[in-house]
Amino acid sequence: MDALLHQVFAGLASGGIYASLALALVMIHNATNHINFAQGEMAMFSTYIAWSLINIGVPYWAAFVATIVISFFAAAAIERILIRPVEKAPVLTVVSVFIGLLLILNSVAGWIYTYTIKSFTSPFPSEPPFGNKFVSSHELGAIAIALFVLVAMYLFFRVTPLGLAMRAAAENPASSRLVGIRVGWMLALGWGFAGAIGAIAGMMIAPLVYLDPNMMAGIMLYAFAGALLGGIDNPWGAVIGGFLMGVLENVVGALIGTELKLTVALVLIIIVLLLRPNGLWGHKVVSRV
Amino acid sequence: MNTTNKSQLLIALAAIAVALVLPFVVPDYRIFQLTMVLIYSIALLGLNILTGYNGQISLGHGAFYAIGAYTAAIMMDKANAPYWSTLPVAGVICLVVGFLFGLPALRLSGHHLALATLALAVALPQLLKYKHLEHWTGGVQGINLLKPDAPFGLKLSQDQWLYLFTLAVVVLMFVLARNLIRSRVGRALVAIRDHPVAAEAMGVNNAMYKSLTFGVSALYTGVAGALSAIAVQFVAPDSFPLTISFFFLVGIVVGGVASIWGPIFGGFFIQFAPNMADYLSKDLTGAVYGVFLLLFAYVMPTGVVGFLRKLASKSA
Repeated sequence: MDALLHQVFAGLASGGIYASLALALVMIHNATNHINFAQGEMAMFSTYIAWSLINIGVPYWAAFVATIVISFFAAAAIERILIRPVEKAPVLTVVSVFIGLLLILNSVAGWIYTYTIKSFTSPFPSEPPFGNKFVSSHELGAIAIALFVLVAMYLFFRVTPLGLAMRAAAENPASSRLVGIRVGWMLALGWGFAGAIGAIAGMMIAPLVYLDPNMMAGIMLYAFAGALLGGIDNPWGAVIGGFLMGVLENVVGALIGTELKLTVALVLIIIVLLLRPNGLWGHKVVSRV
Repeated sequence: MNTTNKSQLLIALAAIAVALVLPFVVPDYRIFQLTMVLIYSIALLGLNILTGYNGQISLGHGAFYAIGAYTAAIMMDKANAPYWSTLPVAGVICLVVGFLFGLPALRLSGHHLALATLALAVALPQLLKYKHLEHWTGGVQGINLLKPDAPFGLKLSQDQWLYLFTLAVVVLMFVLARNLIRSRVGRALVAIRDHPVAAEAMGVNNAMYKSLTFGVSALYTGVAGALSAIAVQFVAPDSFPLTISFFFLVGIVVGGVASIWGPIFGGFFIQFAPNMADYLSKDLTGAVYGVFLLLFAYVMPTGVVGFLRKLASKSA
């Protein structure tokens, strides 16, 4: 029972990270119908920026905030410069751009920082909190930060005028433009947020999986699976899906061994696609002929 | 036979003639590289049938390449099967796996399909390392193979023979693909890509065609994988990283989407692009592929073949 509880907490910690990344995916998907395949590599690069900052002596939380700000602007710039020209292009072109971006980020990170695995500091104490034996401080901290991000995003979209404008731009670009919302900039803003959320997720997962240019492949697979499970057009669904994936990954990993963790995600993706292609809480896509 | 067909045939024959002479004038390591170009072009042709003609995007064809390679390796290592007999088996296994994977995947389109196939490519290396399959796959160590000798006492080096053997397979596979694309099946594929609803209304069984296309595409890539195992003489889970699937995508975009000739250019590109990176740094290989992918996506979405066609139509 103790072991199971421990797995569940560890699962919630990584689940929070998958949930954040899944939310970042959904934000971009809802605004443009694109799945950002480079999301993971963007997060990985952000984490390296944080690592560099910490390495030259910047205190952790200052580096944390600086990385989020840098990632926000970098991601918005990527949208403006790379994605905007292909906004209306065929799917293959858009996917090509994402994959090109992914390859470049991955390989430039390897070039600058080498492929040697680096350890990444956690801002949380190494002793478990309150002397419990189920959950480490970092896991609890990661869950807290993930929840904080999710609530902050929820409030931003619910109560601020800018959030409302962004939702409007995603829902109905043409009408939004008519009422004076600058739809293009809203998309860039959405990318900025996705980049910032990715940076937080990267900095939270790096102490667990260590830092290397390929660290995100597996993590993104879980985030994708989580988003698909919950419904890729439903932010709430994606978040719940992300948490579910984290718990599932750890519990199944404990039961059948960790070597097949990724295969579990693959099987889950296929099952979801077979039984509920729109996910548990997704909207059915209806097209008019 | 009309004039375009005639000129196409002439170009094809000339290309084959050049390809036949090459192994006798270049050194052995170049022959090996050219063999890899041919192998890649088969894999790319498979992906092009799926993505170019049928409009289904796969980011996971590296997985079928790996399945083909492992089929060949296991057959040769465990059953002492002759190398040539592994190709049809690898093809059929990939056809079945591809068809089965295509069944759930065909409910998806565009980005979602790319995602599902990506998951396959991410998960496969882990599956190959799985300890209960180790008896067959050799685990992390992989499987070492021997290069086949030329048969009938022909005075050819191993590299020359393998090159010629691969060339024969390439010609066969390309002719089959060309005929498939030009038949009513091929027209159905293009119709599904361009307007699925209209295709359905004309009586095309979309679901069946899409799954079958996935299978045929996987068959091509599986045969290429089997050939690669024979040529490289080694398979291991880490020989098939996720990037292979991405490089295949780069290959068809650079060569020319929805074209029979595109995969040849794509094959050359995949094989020799890393050389360009070597001028800067080996670590930048991925970036070179990425930059070319972006460049072609923005500037030349029809690839090398599209560019050549444009040149030809201007000069005509």
